[in-house]
Amino acid sequence: MTPQNKLLKKECLPTFVETLVKGGKLLYAPTKENERIEFKLIENFSEIYLDYIQTTKSIKSIVFPPIEKLFEYVADKEHVEIKDVNLNTIPETIVFGAHPCDAASFKVLNAVFTWDCNDEFFLTRKDKTTVIGLSCKNHDDYCFCTSVDLNPGSTEGSDILLTRIENDNYLAEIMTEKGEAVYKLVKNLFEPAPQVDKNAFVTQLPKLFDLNDLRGKLSFEGLSWMQQSLRCLSCGTCAYVCPTCSCFDIQDIGNQTKGKRVRIWDTCALPQFTLHTSGHNPRHFQNERWRQRIMHKFSYEPERLHVYGCVGCGRCSRACPVNINILENLIEISGGNK
Amino acid sequence: MDRVKQKARDLLDSNKVQVVIGYEEGTDGTARPVFIMDSKNIDKLIFNDRCYHNLAVYLTKVEVEKIGRVAVEASLNTLKGIVKLASEGQFVFEDIDILGVNRNGELYEFASLDEVIDYIDQHPVEYSPEEISLLRKIESMTREERWEYWQEEFSRCIRCYACRAACPNCYCDACIVDINQPQWISPTPDALGNLEWHIIRAMHLAGRCVNCGACAKACPVDIPLNILNLKLAEEISKNFGISEEFLLTNYPLAIYDPNDKENFIK
Repeated sequence: MTPQNKLLKKECLPTFVETLVKGGKLLYAPTKENERIEFKLIENFSEIYLDYIQTTKSIKSIVFPPIEKLFEYVADKEHVEIKDVNLNTIPETIVFGAHPCDAASFKVLNAVFTWDCNDEFFLTRKDKTTVIGLSCKNHDDYCFCTSVDLNPGSTEGSDILLTRIENDNYLAEIMTEKGEAVYKLVKNLFEPAPQVDKNAFVTQLPKLFDLNDLRGKLSFEGLSWMQQSLRCLSCGTCAYVCPTCSCFDIQDIGNQTKGKRVRIWDTCALPQFTLHTSGHNPRHFQNERWRQRIMHKFSYEPERLHVYGCVGCGRCSRACPVNINILENLIEISGGNK
Repeated sequence: MDRVKQKARDLLDSNKVQVVIGYEEGTDGTARPVFIMDSKNIDKLIFNDRCYHNLAVYLTKVEVEKIGRVAVEASLNTLKGIVKLASEGQFVFEDIDILGVNRNGELYEFASLDEVIDYIDQHPVEYSPEEISLLRKIESMTREERWEYWQEEFSRCIRCYACRAACPNCYCDACIVDINQPQWISPTPDALGNLEWHIIRAMHLAGRCVNCGACAKACPVDIPLNILNLKLAEEISKNFGISEEFLLTNYPLAIYDPNDKENFIK
């Protein structure tokens, strides 16, 4: 479909959101509680906090939950009965107020989950999710979306992208059929869009390194992987707040006669990542796992999946308990300008 | 600080140690751990109130062990971590060098583990008023309220294990939560799994925790894990009637004493 622009006046925003909630879909939006900014299930517009730079966790869990039941089983000595998950029970969902970095992350996840087979859990969740993005008014020192070919007003991944323009009204760019379906539900709230230079209303974030330079300089041997990662504590925080990290582990919960198989998030930072049954681990030392993290995102994924595994949201750096700042490291590797 | 830097420089230049672990300025106004292997970088070292990480955590890491002998810039909490780890046989005290200054501004000169223990004993911990008030608030709750409080807190847990990774005393090669044959506790980030994890983490540290608060500070979703440990430390002290000095070098839950006041053990 051809994208179309509309104007949503600020006084119409609460009705817009609440109409969507009443429409029966689950609506997740950023909230602020005890200084913690997180996406939560919303019932009223007043719960929403839009004036944020970044949430701690990403919107990844909506399409790739931290725990996903794959099937249930019942077994006796002779038979095993497998009960599949009914994918129809996955709810229709709207993510409201996600920044462009988060919206763009679904493309990266999609590349992984459709690579060698189509992951029906991810795809069903993604198909049932509508993203209403929000351009960024502000950024902080951790943000670097412009260095990974995105920008604070990117429409990539948003079904509708809202940008706050004059008088706190919103320019609504309706990008996809899912976006149009939402628009049609609340058409009366929209007005024709004014001629407006969107870029004047989004934050100006300078590009801090060049992706091609970075990719050219990445090498398995010869970089200071150890020096960059010595302070790493080997926890999974960076991967679990990351919108694009997609590694998972499979676990059985239950016993020999009854239970379920689930997949849960996994991360290359943990020492038992890729630990073989034999006891050998090809990535025994943290510097080898840190190299895996960077090479995966900036070399292997672009090579194999034609996407970079990073949207520049900066969450990993903000959440790291020992201030491993990925931007600092990427600039260092690429020989960037800072 | 100049004397600390000079000592660190001397240790590296004379090749008595191969790495100095200390603090440097982070990228966001915080202090962060730094590993210095070349004395020309020694001016990066800082030490101030922002240096909260318990650097003892690095002393048992395989990545650090392979570099060689270590000198560590030690806060009081790091000293406690060192004593605990040495007491539990994780390394020999004489195999590390300790950098820092005491409250009189003199360079640390510890000839033995006992001298470190004496020093720690002269500087009793002062828990922050925030920690104490939160602990008392939770204690004053009914059992049901307390259950709800922790359920709510644990519900945010994403099982990143930053609490475990930041703790000097969580040094097991194979943590109980990572063992799946048999699976002792659930690794899943749901209500039961999270409850099991946080109970087992706290219980494994009961009587061993040095109350540095590194777990809570590392938590990306602000679960006040240090309060669980603080409460357990109080319970251990109360029930075993022992001092912090004793706790540092002993593990009361693993000691047999014929004079134990409990009858079941006799």
